[in-house]
Amino acid sequence: MHRIQTRRSFFRSAGLGLETMALGSLLAGEGRAAAVDPLAAKKPHFAGKAKSVIFLFMEGAPSQMDLFDPKPALLKWQGKPLPESLINQTKLAFIKKDATVLPSSRVFKPYGQCGMELSDYIPNIASCADDICLVRSMNTDAFNHHPGQLLLMTGFMQAGRPSLGSWVTYGLGSESKNLPGFVVLSSGAGTSGGATNFGSGFLPSVHQGTMFRNAGDPILYLSNPKGVSQDLQRTTLDAIRDLNQDRLAETGDEEIAARINSYELAFRMQMSGPDLLDFSKESKDTLDLYGINNEKSKTFGTNCLLARRMVERGVRYVMLMHASWDQHTYLNRDLKKNCDITDGPTAGLIKDLKQRGLLDSTLVVWGGEFGRTPMVEQRITSDPENMGRDHHPIAYSMFLAGGGIKGGQVVGKTDELGFNIVEDKVHVHDLQATLLHCLGFDHERLTYHYMGRDFRLTDVAGKVVAKLLL
Amino acid sequence: MFSFAVLVLSSMFAAQDAGFERDVLPVFAKRCQGCHGAQQQMSGLRLDQAGESIVKAAPKLMARITSEKKGFRMPPIGEPLDAKDTAAIREWVEAGAKWPAGSGGKHWAFEAPVKRGAGIDAWILAKLKVEGVTPSEEADRRTLIRRVTLDLTGLAPTPADVASFVNDGSYERVVDRLLASPHFGERWARYWLDLAHYADSDGYEKDLSRPHAWRYRHWVIDAFNRDMPFDQFTIEQLAGDLLPGSTVDQKVATGFLRCVLTNREGGVDRAEARFEQLVNRTATASTVWLGLTVGCAQCHNHKYDPISQKDYYRMMAFFEKGEDAEIDAPIGGESGPFYGALRGYREQREALYARYQIKQRALVFEKGLKEAYRNPGRDLEWDFALTAYKALADRYEKFLTEAAHTSRDQESFYRYFVNGSASPDFRKDKPQADEVKEAKGKLADLDKTLPPFGQAMVIEEDARHGQTHLRIRGDYKTFGEVVEPGGLSVLPAGAARDRLGLAKWLVSRENPLTARVAMNRLWQELFGRGLVKTSEDFGLVGDRPTHPELLDWLAVEFMHRGWSWKQMVRVVVMSDAYKRSSKVRKDLETKDPENVLLARQNRLRLSAELIRDGALQASELLNVAIGGRSIRPPQPKGVAELGYGSPKWDETKGAERYRRGLYVHYQRTTPYPLLASFDAPDTSIACSRRRTSNTALQALNLLNDPVFFEAAQSLAARVLREAPAGLAQRIEHAYAICLSRPPTARESERLTALYTQYLAKLDDATAAEWMPAPPDGVPLREAAAWVGISRVLLNLDEFITRE
Repeated sequence: MHRIQTRRSFFRSAGLGLETMALGSLLAGEGRAAAVDPLAAKKPHFAGKAKSVIFLFMEGAPSQMDLFDPKPALLKWQGKPLPESLINQTKLAFIKKDATVLPSSRVFKPYGQCGMELSDYIPNIASCADDICLVRSMNTDAFNHHPGQLLLMTGFMQAGRPSLGSWVTYGLGSESKNLPGFVVLSSGAGTSGGATNFGSGFLPSVHQGTMFRNAGDPILYLSNPKGVSQDLQRTTLDAIRDLNQDRLAETGDEEIAARINSYELAFRMQMSGPDLLDFSKESKDTLDLYGINNEKSKTFGTNCLLARRMVERGVRYVMLMHASWDQHTYLNRDLKKNCDITDGPTAGLIKDLKQRGLLDSTLVVWGGEFGRTPMVEQRITSDPENMGRDHHPIAYSMFLAGGGIKGGQVVGKTDELGFNIVEDKVHVHDLQATLLHCLGFDHERLTYHYMGRDFRLTDVAGKVVAKLLL
Repeated sequence: MFSFAVLVLSSMFAAQDAGFERDVLPVFAKRCQGCHGAQQQMSGLRLDQAGESIVKAAPKLMARITSEKKGFRMPPIGEPLDAKDTAAIREWVEAGAKWPAGSGGKHWAFEAPVKRGAGIDAWILAKLKVEGVTPSEEADRRTLIRRVTLDLTGLAPTPADVASFVNDGSYERVVDRLLASPHFGERWARYWLDLAHYADSDGYEKDLSRPHAWRYRHWVIDAFNRDMPFDQFTIEQLAGDLLPGSTVDQKVATGFLRCVLTNREGGVDRAEARFEQLVNRTATASTVWLGLTVGCAQCHNHKYDPISQKDYYRMMAFFEKGEDAEIDAPIGGESGPFYGALRGYREQREALYARYQIKQRALVFEKGLKEAYRNPGRDLEWDFALTAYKALADRYEKFLTEAAHTSRDQESFYRYFVNGSASPDFRKDKPQADEVKEAKGKLADLDKTLPPFGQAMVIEEDARHGQTHLRIRGDYKTFGEVVEPGGLSVLPAGAARDRLGLAKWLVSRENPLTARVAMNRLWQELFGRGLVKTSEDFGLVGDRPTHPELLDWLAVEFMHRGWSWKQMVRVVVMSDAYKRSSKVRKDLETKDPENVLLARQNRLRLSAELIRDGALQASELLNVAIGGRSIRPPQPKGVAELGYGSPKWDETKGAERYRRGLYVHYQRTTPYPLLASFDAPDTSIACSRRRTSNTALQALNLLNDPVFFEAAQSLAARVLREAPAGLAQRIEHAYAICLSRPPTARESERLTALYTQYLAKLDDATAAEWMPAPPDGVPLREAAAWVGISRVLLNLDEFITRE
């Protein structure tokens, strides 16, 4: 009966005009009524600490042993191949099994009360040591980029499954009435996964990530055509709405009500877009904190500040991509370039969220699809600067902060070569289970029925990692 | 009240039957029927059909399956039944252990269809009568011709088509005209391409363009237009290359199997990538023809459906020997100009090869690669070159292991060397690198002089590929026993052991699934929902048919009519059920909110492609050329660049860019925005039914995309040109074009008011931006106001809906 009442009350409201439609209260998010606003806020399985997520996706696989996981013992092995026992069962993308060990040129030292050891390339992130939880024991199944990215973002190595962000808006809806629930920001190069990293797979397409672009319209087609003022746009929209309402009365098809609603949301997005992008009320300190006044970090910093402003406005999930960290060659040069771009703004984001009291309810995640080998990759043998590292899925590092995560700690340990995990392995499915847990979901129960089966983000695996949690 | 109670009761029974078939029958099938089934009936008990023995055994059944005592407990071998299975059986026993009517012990979909009754309307009306529901009246004639024209061609009827039909035209004649239209093939090809998961690029990181993929699409359009019988249609796509004396077109049809994704990431494990392609082909064939989701059985026996892991790999074995190949496949009119130019082209190409020593240099490169292939680890730089080559050349193995090459393989190797090999020698030999680079530019220029000549991606049999092994837990590296090609054991046997055998088995009269699955999809396309709602899943957890007898009737009729798609479309659209009004009925709001009984038609939002077609058609921008290559219509900068290597979107110029939506180039990792927004499938696996959604991004797309604004301008110009002066007449004409009907008085009033508002608000400068070139004799601001009205019409829900 519930569904029927909802439908009737909807028709009553629609008859009175849109102003009287209280969307959130009208819809329980169940049955056909959900069609009217599939993004209405919904309750999770239990009260989660995190209300929103900012996933800083460092595409291409940042080198963990040059940033997060110091391995002084590599010096002992310099120029030697790894023992056969270690390397035999390993799949490598480019290099051969007899590739020799490359020690890190970075200097590590302890930071914060917790004494977390981090690299000299990321001093700003290091200054947040007491707020972040560093996982040195990440593990994945894929050793190629696109499958690896799909596994991290969709729980499966082949395209076609919904991404993390779409699972989250599917489960929680969105608090924002004027912006999409799942937003994607990008800087640097294009990524291996392209749009498959933020697609909705078999979930309704309303859950796919909406790209916020750096050039042109921030959202595709957000601006009116040339010569159409906001006033003229509203005049046009009023006529569309009135004629659609006549058709709704004539046919009784509630899909028309959903369409009317989508046009109103589109207009609200058009109205609120400029406000979101207007940084004029942000202080100089804030802009500095995000590195926006620094040429190198400007684009990434702008995206970080946008992420905070979106979270403030109720956006549920922000995916912020930076490409590419794929340092097969010229490791030191290109790693530094990436760190110069991202280190300051990343730290700025964490600090700003904290000072505004948003960090407790915002889960920040930083990391890529896999890590890099302790062995060298060198494609031009005559050039020593050409040295880099190959793909390493067995053990790598990521970090998290806020949103129910216990900061100031390191979880997991790798062996002296950084090759294998020796303590607290965290598979990407475990990470996904933990992220959903922070948001209030049992990852085994957040499912969608499709092709004869109940699918979930974590496929058939995943365990919540209690050590990461507050 | 009474009829409500009947409905509740009957749906309860339906739920219980479904529960039996979903929860109880599979347990019987898997654990019991070996001893208590068709082959033997120990203790006289049969658990595969209705009968006395079940009723007699029922009281003892629970004691036996729940007993702790070994030797007494059933089943005697293996683990005891788990709590869930036991509970399901208990519930069934306590409800009287009744065998649902019509359940032959096998799941309904595995029983052969039987044709009964007088056809579509008889079955629909019979069910409505039982439920005490009267059907809706026939839709008005304008709605009807708009519906059937959109459903059969994907385009709207012209105002003239509508007028002649309304003035007492024959519906049957309209249907026959539409069935003969070449747009019929386009409309139904789009539905089929969703299943094939056609795209114009590889997918995965590199996501390289597939410049020849369109040739298969061209074949599909043509097959529907020629009404190729569905059994032949099936055979050619799965095994056209294996038909005796197969034609080029029959080979082109195997492009169906080439729609799988290809991972060309550097360092990819080609064995794993190939296994994934075989997995995809197996799953696609099962979804498309059998309506079964066999994917589960990659790793373990299917949990619900009687499909063992061995079955799965037997299916896969059909595809094991298939090897990618490219062939010449010109389309009409291409051969003459091409061959005319070919001799001169070849001479110039050979001259360029000679001038830059391409053949000699490529041979050195080939030797280097072969050496690295035989002896990896000797030279790092050659190892990298080999890795790169393997990822990009589909037939690398053949090329590197065989001394003699086909001329096509040889030529493509020269091109690989010239275009992107980055041979390790280039670094040491700068002059060589520079010369090859120069040759690359010259060859590209020369290629542009050659007239187009269709090429096709096909499959051919290659004996080098060995036997299929079952893979333990679905892991491609963990080999289990060798399996021979074969059909699913739950279905009638009889498949010969190659792809041709598979195809013939799929379309044999004994196969209970193929015709049902196909007809269910045909129904889905014409009513918005299949008789089996889960059109991709006819297995035990899929939905049961709402009208099982009707589905069977259609399936058998389809086969009787020689698998003719056109005839079956005709049968369905001629039915009363199809022609009914789609208006939602208040009286059925509680009784049948989902319109399962089909007392009325459904309103369906048009697909992404058709929304664009509609706007282009109304504005007369549409280019109606049939078939051919893909196009890249304008899209905002930054969309394509999101992909790996930030590729460019090479915009199609001229009239070509206004071709229909099904020709829009589908780039898998960065699809055309309209397609992504309006629910086009992502082309990673077979899509059996599109979801439809209503989102703000769709609204922004239709409101603000320059493509749609241009359409509004062009529509305005058309209305002003074609309709007599006078606002009311113009509004009427615009409605006739866009919605195939006259406006109501209220609608006319509303648009008149809007027109007045625009005139008041538009200054001349703005008006000139809206309508840069107003038609002769029309004042600028009036013309601009018409652009505004046109925009409104193109954004109406009704405009993008088939009612």
